Amino acid sequence: MKRGSLGAWLAIVLGVIYFLAPLIATFEFSLRLKRGEYSFEAYRLVFASGDFQASFLYSATIALATIVIGIALVVPTAYWVQLRLPKLRGIVEFITLLPLVIPAIVLVFGYIRLYDSSSILPLTGSVTGTNILLTLGYVGLAMPYMYRSVDTGLRAIDVRTLTEAAESQGANWPTILFKVILPNIRSAILSGAFLTFAIVIGEFTFASLLNRPAFGPYLQLIGASRAYEPAALAVMAFAITWACMGLIQLLGRGARGAIDTR
Amino acid sequence: MAFLQLDGVQKFYGANAVVKGFDLDVTRGEFVTFLGPSGCGKTTTLRMVAGFETPTAGEIRIDGRDITALRPSKRNIGMVFQAYALFPNMTVADNVGFGLKVAGRTAPEIKSRVDEMLEMIKLPHLRERYPYQLSGGQQQRVSLARALAPSPQILLLDEPLSALDARIRVSLREEIRALQRKLGITTIFVTHDQEEALSMSDRIVVMNDGAIEQIGAPFEIYNQPRTRFVASFIGTLNVFNGVILDPAAGSVEIENQTVYAARLPKDVKAGEARALALRPESLRIGQASEGRNSLEGVIEEVMFLGSVVRVRMRLKQSAMLIDTFNDAAAPPPARGETAKVNFAREDLIVIGER
Repeated sequence: MKRGSLGAWLAIVLGVIYFLAPLIATFEFSLRLKRGEYSFEAYRLVFASGDFQASFLYSATIALATIVIGIALVVPTAYWVQLRLPKLRGIVEFITLLPLVIPAIVLVFGYIRLYDSSSILPLTGSVTGTNILLTLGYVGLAMPYMYRSVDTGLRAIDVRTLTEAAESQGANWPTILFKVILPNIRSAILSGAFLTFAIVIGEFTFASLLNRPAFGPYLQLIGASRAYEPAALAVMAFAITWACMGLIQLLGRGARGAIDTR
Repeated sequence: MAFLQLDGVQKFYGANAVVKGFDLDVTRGEFVTFLGPSGCGKTTTLRMVAGFETPTAGEIRIDGRDITALRPSKRNIGMVFQAYALFPNMTVADNVGFGLKVAGRTAPEIKSRVDEMLEMIKLPHLRERYPYQLSGGQQQRVSLARALAPSPQILLLDEPLSALDARIRVSLREEIRALQRKLGITTIFVTHDQEEALSMSDRIVVMNDGAIEQIGAPFEIYNQPRTRFVASFIGTLNVFNGVILDPAAGSVEIENQTVYAARLPKDVKAGEARALALRPESLRIGQASEGRNSLEGVIEEVMFLGSVVRVRMRLKQSAMLIDTFNDAAAPPPARGETAKVNFAREDLIVIGER
């Protein structure tokens, strides 16, 4: 075996150990709730918990709302920047990167100050308002990932020529966006959606400080008071993530939005 | 009356004039080619007709109707792009039917028209394929079918053959021209390839630096170039600096040798310096017969190209290329030999503009 090839294999093996060893250890630990035997008792307890179901459903709902709003905001923006305002690309990219630079704790304190009950838009004054604030906060938090995914997808296709080809065929803007552009960046949008889901489902700071019953604070609570259930939850979180990735691959491969002319 | 009219069309990007005062009348069913080097404004002019660029000044009319401010989707113009621009998410049939679907035609109408178009481009068997499953030539034919499916008033072709290999390019340009003749559709074709322009067009608009250099039929453009640019851009041309000796007799001087032109521009004066041009294929090596011009020089290079032998001969300062058919019985002259070339008076082009 050549020296270069050996080095590459060594790097791969080390990488696999680095990523899989903690996961295997966590999984193994999650099975040891009952003394002297392996069992899925920790998982049964987690699933049986009403708090788990409620918090997961809450976070999943907020994540879906975040994804819908994020797509509605980012796709037209990235498309327009690519098509008509390429000079603004740098500024838009800078703005979308801000949530990565500004810590979540700073952002959420800013939101609380801006939208408290004494402001002209007292979102924190009601449960619905706080839910809206949390969702919009998440849209901002996920923006760097969603924008980059969509922008990469748009760069992979010839947006300008496809738009012009559709226009010359008599298509209006909604038709161009929904029939031509969106189907061709479906994988990119799904990637952005998946990343958004992953961020929102485990997010702690926003949800905790806005006092919402989300999955992140639930994980923290369980982690502080139990031993085996948090490990089971961590393994489940990985399983959900991988399922999402598999789903994206599957949907991305079969992405065909066609007009029926048969 | 002209079907498509461009009156004083201009396009500026800031202070930079990309198209300068473009005037053109295209009759119904005509095939007009915009020919010129990169950056001459031909594509910008085409895009203004399509509606993708807005003219800074001037008017564009189709069938008498001013469409200058009309959106591209409202112009009923079909366009074929250099990069095919087929919708990757749609099958061939869906691509061809896109414009019909957008126009709100019924499903049976769409199917019938798509079938007709696919038969026309001879690709009915590929209707369920996706663009990535097609060759470049097939993609461009589908693109052509898509552009023609909604029965547009005008067909615009933006360098549609540039991305294809030489063999496909030749066959497809013949197909495009045959289809255009069959459908009788008014067509504007943009290219930088003079062979394409000469072989396909009813008229050619030669452009340079945002302005029209000459408009004319291929024969006219090739044989009677009006400017030095047209003379040098179309085909291979030997260009010399000459001096008008006697406008009445048609005599001109090339490097101290006197020759005669059958036609001189009206405004020439004796003693005036003018560019003179000769096509390589109009020159014959050997002594001139009665009534033909003759020039003497030294053979610098002989290039055997198969059916054609290209000879480079130097006069005193300028060199000239001579293309002769290969003749096994008459070998070309040797390098370094002094030789004479002869040509008809009609073949000497006196460029109209200085």
